[in-house]
This record gives sequence, structure tokens and C-alpha cells, in this order.
Amino acid sequence: MKRTVPLMIVMVGGILMILQYFIPHQISQTIFAYYTDWTPIILAFALVLGVGSLTRIHSHKIRRKSKNWQYSWAVLIPLYLMPVLAHIWPGSLSGGMDSPSIFHFIFMHVQVPIQATMFSLLAFYIASAAFRAFRAKSALATVLLLSAIIVMLGQVPIGELLGKWFPQTGLWILRYPNLAAKRAIMLGVGFGMLATNLKIIFGVERNWLGGAGK
Amino acid sequence: MYETIGIWVGALFTLAIYSFLYKENPIYRLAEHLVVGISAGYGMAITYQITVKPRLIDPLLSGDHWILLIPGILGLLYITRFIPRISWLSRYPIGFYMGTAMGVGFPLTMKANVLRQVEGAMVPLYQSGMPWYEVLGNSVMILGTLAALIYFFFSKPHKGLFFGTGSKIGIWVIMLGFGATFGFTVMGRISLLIGRIQYLLGDWLHVID
Repeated sequence: MKRTVPLMIVMVGGILMILQYFIPHQISQTIFAYYTDWTPIILAFALVLGVGSLTRIHSHKIRRKSKNWQYSWAVLIPLYLMPVLAHIWPGSLSGGMDSPSIFHFIFMHVQVPIQATMFSLLAFYIASAAFRAFRAKSALATVLLLSAIIVMLGQVPIGELLGKWFPQTGLWILRYPNLAAKRAIMLGVGFGMLATNLKIIFGVERNWLGGAGK
Repeated sequence: MYETIGIWVGALFTLAIYSFLYKENPIYRLAEHLVVGISAGYGMAITYQITVKPRLIDPLLSGDHWILLIPGILGLLYITRFIPRISWLSRYPIGFYMGTAMGVGFPLTMKANVLRQVEGAMVPLYQSGMPWYEVLGNSVMILGTLAALIYFFFSKPHKGLFFGTGSKIGIWVIMLGFGATFGFTVMGRISLLIGRIQYLLGDWLHVID
């Protein structure tokens, strides 16, 4: 019951889903429709698990007055406030993001700027990483450096000012050697994924079972 | 008024995040924690509104979709994770998801990651009227893909003409690819940075148009 049934569920589901692709019969299509309709519903409950864990960790920090416990309120308050606000202004969620509401305000003027700035912050770190990675210590590092410089300058107006060949070479690198490397990586990843899929379906790979209840 | 307050709040949070460049501080930490709470809360609201309500609650309340009790109960089993004695029951919904994802993913991965890639690599090296850079490009692409695959093949030692030379060419192709990807990523991040600076100097301070 603890391990065999979940492994059976995976095996039956996995085999049925593979078969429905190759045998698109009405019955297999109905089963496929049930599986794909039910999966998002089941996954939605996983969010409860995540929110529950987040609540547990931060309420624990507040109760214990751990280091920086005050910030836990900054997690817990919006965590529960947002669904309440969405319930009060359901229009904010169903495509009506332009209609002013507190929900819309928090999303557009707190969440969006913070997230965009966090990603833009990476520009500074990527610059320092580039400094370390791009020191032309070897022939291979030089190739990496040149390729990055040509692609970068090829995308901006200054590249075209330096010479018409700059953007063209940048595009050529992106279109051919870059594609060759990406393709090889994608093939490798693809074969790895196929092998892992089969290992999970047939119960060879069982790490996903975790240690819950042994 | 609503927009003005919004821009001020957005600008202050933008500065709060940039303050991290100096060093970690309470303002940054507040913004960081807020974004975690808001994202999770937003995710909860969206999931309820676009998945749970229309796909589960409304059909169940309408009274003629009792079969939806199966995914509903399976989903509820996730919560048993919080009860150590019966936490193993959470494996059932995970198993259902894993089975579906692995089964649906198998043919799709085969198609997208293997067949399409092999098909894409099968291009003519030369055709009449083809410009020289395309002839060179196609040759580099085909031989480069093979060489990079040889580099990633670890079951044989990288020695000899085929594996040795192949893997050496492979690493050069991979470095060219990584350089291009890195350059592209840098461009993307710089664009985001420019966007934030435009927001601060344009929307907020009106220094630029």
C-alpha cells in the first residue's frame, strides 16, 4: 500500500499515456482527456502544501523570535491578503488587470517592479562573472570571449558602425556553431529524459517516493 | 493619483532592491520577503480562480460531475504530508502526476528533443546558388553537432582519430556556442537594467522622455 500502489499508479498512468499517443482510439483519447483534466486539479493542491510549509516555517520563526523574525510578517501578510483581495475584486484576475483595485496595485506596483529589478540586478553580477570567465587565459577561453563579444556587439548599433560584417558574423555564430552546440546538448538532454521517463514509469527510479512513512 | 502613487511605490521598491548592490540591508530584506509573500499569494489566487473553481468546485456544485471527486480526493491526499502517521498517502497524487507527466512527456520529448533535432541537422551541404557562408555554416553545423555529441560521449576514452579529434573539435564548437549564449544573456539582462533606469528616470523623475 505504501510503495507498491503508488508505483502501480505511475506505471499504469505512464503506459496508458504513451499508448494513447500511438493508438489514438476513442477510448484512449477519453482516458487521456480524463488524465489531463485531472492533473491540474491535483497539482493545485500541491500549492496548498507549499503555502502550508511557508506558513509553518515563518510562523515558527515568529513564535521563536528567531533572527530577522519581523520580516516573516512581510511574507505571511501578503500571502493571505492576496487571495482575500482577489476574492473581493475577482475582476482583477479575470483579465481586468487595468481596473484599479488594491490587488491590482500590489501586483503592478510592488510585485512587478521588485521582480524586474531583481532580474536586472543580475546584469551587475553577470558583468563580474564575465570579467572572470573572459580572461583570455587559453585558446578556448579566447574563443568564448570573441564569440560573446561579436554576438553582443552584433546586436547593438555600435556593432554596425564598426563594420557591416559585425552583425552578420554575430548572426552566423548564432545560427550555425551555436546551433550545433545547442543541438548536441538538446539531443543529450532528450536521451537522458527518455531514459529517466522509462525508469520512473517502470519503477527503476524510485527517489520520488521520498521517505514519507517509509 | 492612483498611477502617481503606484509609480512612487514602484520606484521606492526598485531603489530598495538596488540598495543590495551596496550591501544587504533591512529595506532590501523587506522587499525580498514581500515579493515571496505576494508571489505565493498571487499564485494561490490565480490557481483557485482558473483551476480549482472552474474545474472542480463549480462542476461539483452543479451536481452532475461526481467523477471529479476522484481528483479532488487525490489532491487532498497531498495534505497528509503534514500528518507523519499517514504521510505516505501523499505518494498517490504524486504518483498520478508522475505517471501522467512521464507518459505524456515521453513521445513529446522523443519528437522535440530527438527527432526534430536530427531532422534539423539533416541539411544539404551544398546546393547550386547557395552562398558560401551558408555552405560553410551548414558544414559547421553538421560536423559541429557530431563533434559536440562525441565530446559528450563518455563511454569511450577520448583518444584516437575519431573520438580524440572529434571531442577536441566538439569542445571548440561548444565554447563558441557558450560564448554566444553568454553574450545573448548579458544583452537580455542589460535590456532589463535599461528598462528599470528608464522607469526611474522617465516614469518617476520625468528627467527623460
